Amino acid sequence: MSLTIAVTGMNARADNPGPGLAVARCLKESALAPRVIGFGYEALDPALYHRGFVDRGYLLPYPSHGEDALLARLTELHEREHFDVLIPCLDAEMQSFARLAPTLTGMGIRTFIPNSHQLALRSKDRLPELAAATGISSPRTQAVYQANFFHTCEAQGWRYPLMVKGLFYDAKLAYNADEAVAIFHRIAGEWGVPILAQSWILGEEINLAGVGDGLGGLAGAVMMKKRALTDKGKGWAGISIHDDELLFAAKRFCEVTKWRGGLELEMLRDEQGNLHLIEINPRFPAWIYLSAGVGCNLPDLLVRLALGEQLLPTPPTPAGVLFIRYAEEAIVSLADFENITVLGETLRFGALA
Amino acid sequence: MKNTLLASKRLAISESGFVFDPVSGQSFSVNETGLVILHLAQHEDDLDKLVEQLAEQFDASILEINRDVQDFIYRLKGFLK
Repeated sequence: MSLTIAVTGMNARADNPGPGLAVARCLKESALAPRVIGFGYEALDPALYHRGFVDRGYLLPYPSHGEDALLARLTELHEREHFDVLIPCLDAEMQSFARLAPTLTGMGIRTFIPNSHQLALRSKDRLPELAAATGISSPRTQAVYQANFFHTCEAQGWRYPLMVKGLFYDAKLAYNADEAVAIFHRIAGEWGVPILAQSWILGEEINLAGVGDGLGGLAGAVMMKKRALTDKGKGWAGISIHDDELLFAAKRFCEVTKWRGGLELEMLRDEQGNLHLIEINPRFPAWIYLSAGVGCNLPDLLVRLALGEQLLPTPPTPAGVLFIRYAEEAIVSLADFENITVLGETLRFGALA
Repeated sequence: MKNTLLASKRLAISESGFVFDPVSGQSFSVNETGLVILHLAQHEDDLDKLVEQLAEQFDASILEINRDVQDFIYRLKGFLK
């Protein structure tokens, strides 16, 4: 009997996609050949309707509705779909799923995600602490609760331009205090405080997606340099690379945190060739399909770890393989849209059935 | 200069002149002369010896070749960060 895998993050918006659709695509191309259930939060999350990669789509309650509501919905959906593995893909929901993981295990739903403590370790406001523990350099970072900080920070040694970042999402470079305050209010309005101030370093960003085995090892990794960006700074095209220092940093991070699950390391190589840790995301990135493209299907690897399989070390991945993203339209019948709006689920037999 | 010469050994070089750096992810194109320099740099770490080998292939003075190679390596450095 084939596996059923539930994947969140179906918000495959063109300029800033959630990773869920790419994870589902990787799974559909793996030898596991699973049935994939997509979990979204909005009726217009496009991947809910992508029948090539997602067999059935359902809506979940927003994280702000609390974990009881989330667990009740998952329990209801599990009774109907009997999913074997659940892969959360969004930063904002990771803490909820981490806290619910033992309960989900008791229900027969496997996850392979970091625990609450591990998640807190990589929180963006604790980056310097993590960097010190791993011996990896990182830019000065500080949690900011009041916008006035940006008018007084130069007296504390900060220099413009500096990065202003949300705790979960969004980041923008501010060239002066007025710009920083405007960015602070925009991000705080959407995601709340704290907002993070981070020293800006001139250099080239490189990224690594990987899976920590939960025992201190890095089970697999793919490295990438973005070659084209959207207006929001998200990768629209990228090329696989092989950088030993970046790989070492990821191994060190897994060793120190005993990381369990998907991760993305964002690092920056400065003009002098030094690497700096910019951010660690506690889930797969939206470009994760490149992992299947280079022959190291990381979502497949994560599912196998969740199932308790003993895995052989993955071979190094080839450098020089590109991804180039494109946008396409899902055609959705009114009946399908009605069904997800009213009942929170797509029709069983597809968008145009 | 020496570091850039050493780093150039990791480059994937196509006969079309298309060059890819697997560490930085950068790609660029070089002309026929650049291709000759990169091929020599794959096996030669010493700049002076590299210039001598080029002088055997091209009708130009050592001084001129040395200046052009230094200029080429300076530009190459920008792609190998």
